[in-house]
Amino acid sequence: MTWRARLVRLGIALAPIGLTLVMTMLILLLAGADPFEAYGNILSGAFENPKKIADIAVAMVPLLLCSAGMLVTFAAGLWNIGVEGQMIAGALMTTWLVESLTAPAGVILPLSVVAGLVGGALWGLLTGLIRTYGGVNEIFAGLGLNFVASALTNYLIFGPWRPPDGATMSGTDPFPPSAWMPLIGQTRASLVSILLSIIALVGVWLVLRGTYWGLKLRAIGRNSRAAQRLGISTHRNMLLAFIVCGALAGLAGSLQTTAVYRRLIPQISGGYGYLSQLVVLLSGLRAEWVPLVVFFFSAVQVGSPRLELRMQLDSSLGGILQAGIVLFFLLVRGFRERWHAPEKMEEGDGPIAY
Amino acid sequence: MKIELEDIYKYFGPVRANDGISLTIESGVIQGLLGENGAGKTTLMKILSGYQPADRGTILLDGRPVHFRSPADAIAAGIGMLHQDPLDVPAFSALENLALGSPGGPFLNRARARRTLEALCQRFGFALDPDAPVSSLTVGERQQLEMVRLLALGVRVIILDEPTTGISAPQKALLFQALRQLSAEGLAVIFVSHKLDEVRELCSRVTVLRQGKVTGHLEAPFATDDMVSLMFGQVLGKYTRRPIPLGGVILQIEDLAVRSHRLEVRGIHLTVRAGEVIGLAGLEGSGQRLLMLACAGLQKPHGGRIILNGQDVTGQPYPTFLRQGVAFVPAARLEEGLVPGLTLREHFALAGNTRGFFIRWEEAEARTAQMIADFNIIGRPDTPVEALSGGNQQRALLALLPENLRLLILEHPTRGLDIASSRWIWHRLLERREEGTAILFTSTDLEELVEYSDRLVVFSGGKMSAPLDASRVTVEELGYLIGGRGL
Repeated sequence: MTWRARLVRLGIALAPIGLTLVMTMLILLLAGADPFEAYGNILSGAFENPKKIADIAVAMVPLLLCSAGMLVTFAAGLWNIGVEGQMIAGALMTTWLVESLTAPAGVILPLSVVAGLVGGALWGLLTGLIRTYGGVNEIFAGLGLNFVASALTNYLIFGPWRPPDGATMSGTDPFPPSAWMPLIGQTRASLVSILLSIIALVGVWLVLRGTYWGLKLRAIGRNSRAAQRLGISTHRNMLLAFIVCGALAGLAGSLQTTAVYRRLIPQISGGYGYLSQLVVLLSGLRAEWVPLVVFFFSAVQVGSPRLELRMQLDSSLGGILQAGIVLFFLLVRGFRERWHAPEKMEEGDGPIAY
Repeated sequence: MKIELEDIYKYFGPVRANDGISLTIESGVIQGLLGENGAGKTTLMKILSGYQPADRGTILLDGRPVHFRSPADAIAAGIGMLHQDPLDVPAFSALENLALGSPGGPFLNRARARRTLEALCQRFGFALDPDAPVSSLTVGERQQLEMVRLLALGVRVIILDEPTTGISAPQKALLFQALRQLSAEGLAVIFVSHKLDEVRELCSRVTVLRQGKVTGHLEAPFATDDMVSLMFGQVLGKYTRRPIPLGGVILQIEDLAVRSHRLEVRGIHLTVRAGEVIGLAGLEGSGQRLLMLACAGLQKPHGGRIILNGQDVTGQPYPTFLRQGVAFVPAARLEEGLVPGLTLREHFALAGNTRGFFIRWEEAEARTAQMIADFNIIGRPDTPVEALSGGNQQRALLALLPENLRLLILEHPTRGLDIASSRWIWHRLLERREEGTAILFTSTDLEELVEYSDRLVVFSGGKMSAPLDASRVTVEELGYLIGGRGL
């Protein structure tokens, strides 16, 4: 590759970041704020002390798990928008376990992880069944089930799992200490959560790269018709993809209850499911880029509340940064593909069509 | 209006859809454009009507060069095209569809559209209900509506692409009458077709295309022989091949009925023996593909039975057919056969033994290297399949086939390939006969059908003929049969 081509490539890679900065700068100027002060606040809010850095790790765990899961469904060409619901299902299954079983931490914590995996997997399977056998697009199936899961959470919090002194929006009573994931020192980060999320991402990377199942999923995702002709069972493999993605999302939900909130709260998924869609899109569906993107998103997440404290700006600027960069990334890629894409033949045009 | 197309080129990747076409069309003439599917007719007409730009070449209207950026540009210049599949808005009424494309202010002028529609319908004897939703109209009626719409927009040149597909006989008569009337009024009519009889009946002049090039211009009255030889090329000597003794019955088809949304073929009977090659002849879309899909287990037949290796497999799922040793090689290589984005190595890994968890890359690599050498594939193990040329994609598809097949079904196995590649591919295919594989294939190349088949069946008019001995059929005779004319 020539130096010139390298520069062009670097420019294309950095363009989305530049465009996002320009856009947020304009928004900040319109709001009458100093953009550089705002960026500085986000940075200092995210990195000023070890506790904050641990907070970044806390935010990274669900994003890594959900993104790892979504890499699997994206590989199979599925838009699993239902990750949010799958996360909730994992949290519910874990809460159910904690509510119904009294046991020492050594028993209940491993079981809570399993419960999260199973809950999410079942919810994912349900999405998959609706998609493959019901003929409903997975986006609608997933979205619908997200609302169902969320409504179910509210019902359980205000019904069967109501605290004795009355239900509130702050959720169930705290879990018994035996169901608390141990934390690192005085921080809010859990070593178990961090390890599990790393294992999940590395595992997914390995599966997609080096296993027959991963290869089959990629074949289905790129051309399900040809994959089927090669003798690959598309339905079964798609369902498996939904199950694996759901399990990882469910684990994320489970860890939010046992390691972060130590109870079930109404918004237990916290939008991480949707955010991880952006993560996966921004990493170009490549596992190796996910940690970096997740780190960036989590840092913005942890740093942006400071805007509110110091500059009386709404912390949603963080969200604008995250979404803006994804939009510009997709736009730049779209333009690039348009320039380079060869013209496609239409049916009836000639020798290839039938 | 006089239209001159000069030296039009249009390539789609390696496919030369239009390869230097020149053509002049005078007004008041019904100009036929004849050629097999894939000859480049539709591409040329889409260029003329602004749907796609040419790579090279000029269009002159009354001697002035024009550049159309969109169909609207072409319509403004007086050129309108009726597509094979009507491009209207199905949920709207006929009237709304007409009003939709009309120039004018931001509001629909229903009253004026209604007057126009009624006047034009009366002129041509069309019976269109202005308020019926388009989705309730037949293909013929939608075509009439589209024609009325173009005429209301004031086109002086009207292009019809295979307009008689899917319409009834009375509608066809009405259409032809309307076209004659239009040409008498001084419009230029371009009639795109591959049906000899229709061209003979309607056109005063015909231009024949073959493989993206003009092979000749003819004036009425047309001799069928001339049209056939221009369409299908010169007759070459037969390829001689070693006869092999046929084995037992592999495939038995009994009273099979297959159908798609626009076609039904019933009463198909065929028995195929090991080592036999059966050519399925006919114009494209006459039912050959439906039969192939049924035999491959990819589409359930509508009636009748398919017996493979003595076992009734009618209605069984595709994996059952795979286990019985059936393989299907589609014409749309990158749509149905290969997975764009995956490399050759990944394809061979998938096509091999996929038991176990981790991919045995050394095994896949060895197999890929061997197949690349064996099948002369110009490519490396890490080449993504979409980067291969058409001929190499076809070689890769054949290399991916399992060994010891019982029935190999091929759709246009050499389409788009040069003669050397075609011969090579047939050499490899015929080798498989010695393992007792039976072959079923379609082609639009009559020479290929006659040369490589043991027996031929012809699809025409919703029927499949009884098998013919290929060694006793000439290319010309086959051309007549395909055109729906008896010997």
